Amino acid sequence: MIQGIPITHFLVVSVIMFFVGIMGFIIRQNLITILLSVELILNAVVLNFLVFNRYLFPHHLQGQFFGLFIIGVAAAEASMAIALIINIYRRMRHIDPDKIREMKY
Amino acid sequence: MVDFSYTVFILLIPLVVFAITGIWGGRWKPIISGLLGTFGIATIFVMSLYTAYQYFFVVHHGGPYKPIVAMNFLWLPLTEHLHIHMGIMLDPISVMMLVVVTTISLMSHWYSLGYMKGERGFARYYAFLSLFTFSMLGLVVATDLLQMFIFYELVGVSSFLLIGFYYQKPSAVAAAKKAFIVTRFADFGFLIGIFILIYYTHSFDFLQITDPNTPIFETALGKTFLGYSALSWATALIFMGAAGKSAMFPFHIWLPDAMEGPTPVSALIHAATMVVAGVFTIARLFPVYYFFTPKVLLMVGYVGGFTSLFAALIAMTQFDIKRVLAYSTLSQIGYMMVGLGVSHYGGEEGLGYMAAMFHLFTHAMFKALLFLGAGSIIHAVHSNLMQKMGGLRKYMPITHITFLIAALAISGIPPFAGFFSKDEILAAAFLHNRLLFWVEYITAGITAFYIFRLYFKVFWWKDTQYEHTPHESPWTMTVPLIILATLSATVGFVPFSKFVSSDLMPFEPETHWNLVIASVSIGLLGLALAWLLYRKENDLPDRIAKALGKLYKWTYDKFYIDEIYLFITKKIMFNIIAKSVAWFDRHIVDGFMEGVAVVTEKTSEKIKGFQSGHLQQYAFVFIASVIIIALTVLYFIGA
Repeated sequence: MIQGIPITHFLVVSVIMFFVGIMGFIIRQNLITILLSVELILNAVVLNFLVFNRYLFPHHLQGQFFGLFIIGVAAAEASMAIALIINIYRRMRHIDPDKIREMKY
Repeated sequence: MVDFSYTVFILLIPLVVFAITGIWGGRWKPIISGLLGTFGIATIFVMSLYTAYQYFFVVHHGGPYKPIVAMNFLWLPLTEHLHIHMGIMLDPISVMMLVVVTTISLMSHWYSLGYMKGERGFARYYAFLSLFTFSMLGLVVATDLLQMFIFYELVGVSSFLLIGFYYQKPSAVAAAKKAFIVTRFADFGFLIGIFILIYYTHSFDFLQITDPNTPIFETALGKTFLGYSALSWATALIFMGAAGKSAMFPFHIWLPDAMEGPTPVSALIHAATMVVAGVFTIARLFPVYYFFTPKVLLMVGYVGGFTSLFAALIAMTQFDIKRVLAYSTLSQIGYMMVGLGVSHYGGEEGLGYMAAMFHLFTHAMFKALLFLGAGSIIHAVHSNLMQKMGGLRKYMPITHITFLIAALAISGIPPFAGFFSKDEILAAAFLHNRLLFWVEYITAGITAFYIFRLYFKVFWWKDTQYEHTPHESPWTMTVPLIILATLSATVGFVPFSKFVSSDLMPFEPETHWNLVIASVSIGLLGLALAWLLYRKENDLPDRIAKALGKLYKWTYDKFYIDEIYLFITKKIMFNIIAKSVAWFDRHIVDGFMEGVAVVTEKTSEKIKGFQSGHLQQYAFVFIASVIIIALTVLYFIGA
C-alpha cells in the first residue's frame, strides 16, 4: 500500500532482522556485538508493529506509539548494558561472555 | 426467699488464697501462708455451715428439699444447643458435701501447721491445698455435667501436685504420675459418656436430666449398641470415670501408691473428699441410673461389693499403716457404691441412697481421723511400718484415744458414727440384694479385724525400744484429732434421713433390730479376733500366715493386680503394639520421606550442570524451546 509494496516484503525484512539478531546473540564472542544483536531484535519488532498498524488499522496510532516506546526502552537498556559491560571490563579486562562464568552453581 | 448468692465466695476465697500464696508465698515467712490458708478455709467453713442451716431449716423447713440454683452464668456458648454454664446448685447432697469438704479441709489445714512445720515448700503446700479445696467445692456445687467434668480434672491435677509434693523422691513422682494417668484414663470414659448424653439429649443440666419424668432420654433409649441402649453406654462410661476417681476395681491401683504424699493430704484428698467424688457423681445422677438404666446401677453395686471385699482382704496383710488405711478407704467406698447400687427410689425404698450418703458423711470424719492419727504416729516414730512400732499408747495418749474412737467407728460398734451408716447400708442390701448383703456382711467383720490389727500392733503388741523416745504431737496436731474424734463419736446421731433422700422428701427409716444385732456381733467378732492375735507379742499371726501359705502370699502381694497391669502395659502394649508401630514409623513412614529426599538430592546433582553460567547457552536453550513449543502448538492447532 505504501507505493504498492505488499506487507509480506516488510515482514520478510523483519524476520530476517530478528533471526540475524538471535544468531548474533548466540554466537558472537563480544558483549558489545551481543548488545548490537539485541538492538537488531528490538528493531525487527518495532518494524512489525509499524507495518501491522499501517496495513491493518490505518486510522489508529497505537502501533506507532508502541514503536516509540520500544525505542525509548531500548535506549535505556543500551545505556544500562554499556554501563555493565564497562564494569565487567574494568574487573576482568575482557568482555568475552564465554569466560564470564561466575553466575553458576 | 433467702438469697444464696453469697455462696460464690465459698468458691472464690480458696481460689484467691491459692493465687496469693502461690505467687507471694515464697517471699513470706512460711507460717503466714499457713495461717492465711487456714483462716480462709475457716471462713468458708462457717459460710458452709450457715448455708446448710439456711437451706435445711429456713428455706425448706421440713422438706421437700428442692434444688436451688444460687447463681448460674453462661461461660462458653459453643453452639446453639451446647452451652457451658458455670454456677452453683444447692441441693441436699451438695450442701452436705460443702460441709464435709470444708470441715475436713479445715482440719487438714490446721493439722498441717504442725505436721508440715519446717518442710521445704510449706507455702507451695498450702497453695495446693487451697487449689484442691476450690476444685472440690466447685465439683460438688456443679450445675451441669461439663462443669463437673472441668472440676473433676482440677481435683485430679491438685491431687497429682500434692502426691508429688516430695518431688525429690522418685517413688513420690512415680505415684503422682500413676494416679494422674489412671484417673485420666478413666475420665476419658467419663467424657465420652457426657458426649453421648449431649448428642442424644442436647442437655446436660442436672435439673433437667435428673427429673424422673423427663422425656429427653427417649432417643437415647431407642438407639441400641451391642444390645444395650445408648443411654446405658453413657451411664456406664460415666460410672467408669467415677470408678477411676473413687478407685474402684480395676482402677484402684493408684490409691495405695498415692500414700506417698504428705499424710494430711491423704486424709483430705485420698480418704475423705476427692475419692468420694465418684460416689457423689453416681448419687447426683441417681434418678437417671435408677429409672432409665437399672442394669448399670446393678453393675455399680457389684463393682462396689467386689472392691470392698477385695480391698478388705488385702488390708489384713499389709504392714505399712498408711497402706492399710488406703485399702480400708477402697473398701469403705465400695460400701457406698453398694448402697447406691441396691437403692430404689423414694422414701423407705430409697434407703440405700440415703445410707450411701450417710456413710460418705461419717466415713469422711472417721477416716480423716484415722489418717491424721497415722500422721501423728509417723511424726513421732519416723516410719510407716508397723514392725517398727508397738506400745505407743504410753507415749501418745491423745493419739491413742482418738485413734481408738476412729477404729471403733469404722468397725461399726455403737454408738460411734460408722455403726449407723454401715448398718443402714447393710439393711438396704438385705432388703434388695441378698448376695451383696452377704458380701458386705463378711467385709464388715474383716474391717473390724484389720483396723484393730493395726490398732493393737501400733499401740500394744510389744514395748519397742525407740531411738528417740516418741512424744505426743504439738497442739496444732492434737486439737484437730480431738475435734474429729468428737465428730466421729457423735455424727451418727444426726437424723440423716430427715435431710438427704433419693426423692428429696424426708422420711423415717425402720430399724431392723435383728440386722443391728447381727452387724454389731460380726464387728465385735473381728475385734475379738484381733485382740486375741495382736494384743501381746506372740508368734501366732506368723504361724497362721505360714499355714495359709500361697493364699497369704497372694493377699500380701495384692493379688498381683499391679503386676497384671505391668504385664499388659509393658509386655503387650509397649513390646508388641508400640514396638511394631515404632517399626512402621521408622521404616515405612520415615523411609518414604527419606526416599523423597534422596531422589530430590540425586536428581538435582545430575541436573545442576544445566546452570552453566554460559549466557549464550541460556539464550539458545530459551529460543530453541520457544520455537519447539510454537511449532508444537501450531501443529496441534493445525494452523
